[in-house]
Amino acid sequence: MTRRPRLAVYKFTSCDGCQLSLLDCEDELLALAGAVEIAHFLEASRRTLPGPYDVALVEGSVTTEEEVERLKEVRRQAKLLVAIGACATAGGIQALRNWADVEEFTRAVYATPAYIRTLDRSRPLSDVVLVDFELRGCPISKRQLLDVITALLVGRKPQVPAHSVCTECKRRGTVCVMVAGGVPCLGPVTQAGCGAICPAYARGCYACFGPMATPNTAAMGDRLVALGLERAEVVRAFRGINGYAPPFAAAGDRFARGDVEEA
Amino acid sequence: MATRRIEVGALARVEGEGGLRVVVEGDRVQEVFLDIFEPPRFFEAFLRGRAAQDAVDLTARICGICPVAYQMSAAHALEKAFGISPPPGVRALRRLLYCGEWIESHVLHMFLLHAPDFLGHESGISMAADPALRPLVERALRMKKIGNHLVTIIGGREIHPVSVCIGGFFRAPARAELAALVPDLAWGLENAVDAVRWAAGLAYPAFEADYEFVALRHPDEYPMNEGRLVSSGGLDAPVDAYDAHFVEEHLAHSNALHSRFLRDGRSYLVGPLARVNLNADRLSRTARAVAAEIGLALPLRNPFMSLLARGLETVHAFEEALALVEAYEPPDPPRAPAVPRAGVGAHATEAPRGLLYHRYEVDADGRITAARIVPPTSQNLRRIEEDLRGFVPSILAAPHDEATLRCEQLVRSYDPCISCATHFLRLQIERTLPA
Repeated sequence: MTRRPRLAVYKFTSCDGCQLSLLDCEDELLALAGAVEIAHFLEASRRTLPGPYDVALVEGSVTTEEEVERLKEVRRQAKLLVAIGACATAGGIQALRNWADVEEFTRAVYATPAYIRTLDRSRPLSDVVLVDFELRGCPISKRQLLDVITALLVGRKPQVPAHSVCTECKRRGTVCVMVAGGVPCLGPVTQAGCGAICPAYARGCYACFGPMATPNTAAMGDRLVALGLERAEVVRAFRGINGYAPPFAAAGDRFARGDVEEA
Repeated sequence: MATRRIEVGALARVEGEGGLRVVVEGDRVQEVFLDIFEPPRFFEAFLRGRAAQDAVDLTARICGICPVAYQMSAAHALEKAFGISPPPGVRALRRLLYCGEWIESHVLHMFLLHAPDFLGHESGISMAADPALRPLVERALRMKKIGNHLVTIIGGREIHPVSVCIGGFFRAPARAELAALVPDLAWGLENAVDAVRWAAGLAYPAFEADYEFVALRHPDEYPMNEGRLVSSGGLDAPVDAYDAHFVEEHLAHSNALHSRFLRDGRSYLVGPLARVNLNADRLSRTARAVAAEIGLALPLRNPFMSLLARGLETVHAFEEALALVEAYEPPDPPRAPAVPRAGVGAHATEAPRGLLYHRYEVDADGRITAARIVPPTSQNLRRIEEDLRGFVPSILAAPHDEATLRCEQLVRSYDPCISCATHFLRLQIERTLPA
């Protein structure tokens, strides 16, 4: 009998939600645990097996020197490293520090800032190591997670669309909240994958899945302004959960500076 | 005196990253440290200048396991700041949403995180590989799925749901969407009762502590969203007065803040054990009946028995969810308009792990100017250290691996969420033995 592939799950700076998605696969968890050997998954098991691992799923962003070193070690142990979630792929919501003075942030939260060790920036995994695949979302989609694990195990390419949330709204039959209701919505520049939940729940998309391929952020921002948002609000809209993803970071910075070209 | 340092790698099956160090000299415990090395994320700092609704959506990202709790405390606190009241029906729907999260979080902890310690297993997954235990794990996964499904119907998805807003909900589910859950909820209730009977038969380490329990208490409900702040030591105050009674300290070994009573500097305990002890009379009919059937003597002072408390609360949550679904009429409108005004709002709700306090200051445009969040695990950290101090002498005679496992089991009893205040604890026992 051939050896089962070894799966490892790691957490960096994050909320646990993306790896929890694996435990939330209630119908598939036991079958998955039969198909692969879960060799390192501290949220679920006390037992850890030594590497190397066939696939490492890594949640969280890199925010400390210790994490930089730990991530490099994970990379050395993993044949395939998959970044899961907005923190791992774009720095996460904690990357809002990247536009602020971290010392001031520390003073605002902790009485004794000298006890806190953290880096000035929250960074995606790909800033530190080679990442084989990125799975977006805050949180990731369970369906996409299972597809990626299956694809990597059988050696095919994962099927993760790079088009916008708008396509998912159309497919779901949701009336456009922006066109019909004047509700600010980042769906046109956001990658699909969530199932277009927010518009289906009568609100605008806030870009949990990060920028789609080649997003027109300038036109998006202008549309938000036309809907009545102040420039500062447009900046905050881009600087959200995926605010440090390059297209959103650039758009936020451009609107913050005010040198926005007409779309 | 020879010094001996015993290091053990990771304590698993908790949420977040932290370490644990116990220093023993002879038979005396010298030091106990819970070392929280989960890196800081600065929510309270980056919320400043953001729109009020961002507090609801973004504080959910503090914890993937209890995002609803963060959304609830934030929405209530900001409604107070704006001086608005949600329309009729929102209150019941929020309780229903919270029931879903309590079920999902409690069942995860009881069966996948805590039970393996009692059954000699490394994980729920290894339990499932044992034919005798597989049905237990399968039933647990189905119960957990029902909790998650409830959250998904109301909130759009189980982790970081999207429908909660200041003033109510962006969208309220139709009656039929929730009514379809009735058979599952009835199945869940029956199986949650069996789970309590199963939990009553587990072997609990003999250890009790003299806790001051702190929880919300409501005139006629088991506490979730509302109530007064009460304790077994006689505290009885409105939730807004939290800061007048409790204080947080920043200790060198921790990226989390530790809470204590302002009154006398003492520690306190929040969470399922505290809630059951202070609110047993408010538990649902079936939860009270099964508590009587297993001969539960209150107050429970054995932290390991928090498993039973979670079981009773799971019964309650299924039973209340059933009642709420059967009586459900979609609130129309689903929300009150969130008209901004300058103000201050503070509120606490009962997260699965215990009291969760939020306080916000907002300006006239509805932007946040100051935010403070006190998660349940921060409030319990001091108490966990004290319990370890009390518990360790009773296990020093045990082989090191066994002693380590019991320490881990004790820490896991609190269902600590260090992402809220951890992902693994590194247990390190330093022993100085008599020469």
